[in-house]
Amino acid sequence: MSGAVTYTSREEIDVHRFSWGISVGIPLLAIFIQVFFPVRLDFLKVFDLPLLVTIFFAVARRKPITGLITGALIGTVQDAFSSQPIGLNGIAKTMIGYLASSLGVRLDVDNPGSRFLMTVGFYLLHRFIYTVIDIGLVGASEPQNWGHLLFCAVCNGVLAVPLFALLDRFKQRS
Amino acid sequence: MESFFSRYKNPLLLMAVLFVQVIMLATQVKRPDDPKNPSSGGTRLIRVWAVNIITPIERGFIGTGHFFRNTWHNYIDLHDVRNQNRKLQAEVDRLRMEQAKLKEDAEQSRRLQNLLGFKEKFIGKTVAAQVIGSSGSEQSRVIYIDKGSHDGLKQDMAVITPDGIVGKVKEVYFMSSQVLVINDRDSGAGVILEKSRLQGDLHGSSQGETVVKNVMSDEKVDVGEKVITSGGDRIYPKGLPVGNVTAVNSDSDKPLFLSISIKPAANLSRLEEVLVITKMTEELPNANQTAGPIRAADILAQRLPTVPKLPEKAVENANDKTQEKIPRKQPNDAGASTQPQRPISGGPAKKVVSGANPGVTEQSSKPAAPKLPKTKKSAADQSPQATSPKSTQTDKPETQPMPASGEKPPE
Repeated sequence: MSGAVTYTSREEIDVHRFSWGISVGIPLLAIFIQVFFPVRLDFLKVFDLPLLVTIFFAVARRKPITGLITGALIGTVQDAFSSQPIGLNGIAKTMIGYLASSLGVRLDVDNPGSRFLMTVGFYLLHRFIYTVIDIGLVGASEPQNWGHLLFCAVCNGVLAVPLFALLDRFKQRS
Repeated sequence: MESFFSRYKNPLLLMAVLFVQVIMLATQVKRPDDPKNPSSGGTRLIRVWAVNIITPIERGFIGTGHFFRNTWHNYIDLHDVRNQNRKLQAEVDRLRMEQAKLKEDAEQSRRLQNLLGFKEKFIGKTVAAQVIGSSGSEQSRVIYIDKGSHDGLKQDMAVITPDGIVGKVKEVYFMSSQVLVINDRDSGAGVILEKSRLQGDLHGSSQGETVVKNVMSDEKVDVGEKVITSGGDRIYPKGLPVGNVTAVNSDSDKPLFLSISIKPAANLSRLEEVLVITKMTEELPNANQTAGPIRAADILAQRLPTVPKLPEKAVENANDKTQEKIPRKQPNDAGASTQPQRPISGGPAKKVVSGANPGVTEQSSKPAAPKLPKTKKSAADQSPQATSPKSTQTDKPETQPMPASGEKPPE
């Protein structure tokens, strides 16, 4: 597994698009799985499927505006199922969607190694943004368990590799 | 200007979206939905939409799974045994809850808390609900149940299992509800350490731990001690199990207080069915309990076997004879008053004086009755036991077995 992230010229990068069904159905399915399965399997909470889907669509489309809107919508819906104020995940995933699509424009992130590193990095960034908003706006003062956070990041990175490969099947070349 | 917007279109749009979201977030955090009641928060429309879209799917998913599972179990595999097991499990759950309540009631009686006259809350009615979803994140510990306002659920109702408390209803939708679990960082409950009777506040944390706070650091708390609800939060009924103490540390935020880690009694990570307390009955201690402290003698008097009935005349004569024959011993009025006085068939009725001392009887204005025969009282006087402390019980002639009612005692 190569961990190298290679620079690629804009002309060499494929920009993909997805059908409406996939664009709406996959995020909803990810949210559904995220809220449904951890009831029986608590350890599944370490995964953040909506975040992985946000990263995937943002990177594949390579359009920052589409990426940030995708992240905003997915994050907002995800917030609706939590007890926290709506907007925590929305803001964090908006920024992740924007940054992931911006990264996708400049880098080739289609190989498994780069996908793993990219997901780990975005997961940590997502949690960092989330925590900053949580402390700054909501007023939380809970200490962060950094070891557990790193473990979750690696778990999401590992899951991202097969998941992105599976979602690649729905890509349509534009 | 046009080139500026076209050049920085993406970052500007990002900032605009973020700005809108931050404003929305700040509005939610700072402004209560009901200005008259700052602590009450309404339900966001987006939350209602999202829950109403997803929960029917979850309900269908659960229902389909249960249908196939029940079909298999009920009609193919051990139909009767499964039904019986389900009933027995329900009975066991009910009895465990009852046991917990009775145990706490017994403790209360022992400490004579019922004399305070405060209202006790008891579980009046519960609704069983199926857990159909969760927040799916570690930052928010909530679950979704398949009962909502349609089933009579309201905000702040307690959610429990037979093992212990789970949380409280936070949001109520038509067919589902959101339950804030006790290990969420926003949750809170009033608890008591069962043995030491120390009161504290139960809180959750971001890591999903449950901690009791606001207990002074000079108090002694043992690991393994049980924690129960105090009822002070007016959400959870008093006496429900919460968990056991696993660790006792000093609170980093408040050095004068302890931070007591709790292992929840209910398995919060594997909840399938819960009970929502939809109604709590309030009962006042009855008048006898509130009239005054209960004496051990009164309890014993109720539990001891009843004394055989005495003819009325015999009782009067016995008093007279005792006073004549035993002038050195004065009848103990208080002691006599504690003896049960019952109407004797065939004899003249005695009027029981109602009042503080119901045992005191009003003497009839009849001539003196024939003398009583020598009762065990006289023998008792002659015996060495008469001087013993126990003789105070036996030297009352009216308590000795007497002939049948209506018969005149032999001379």
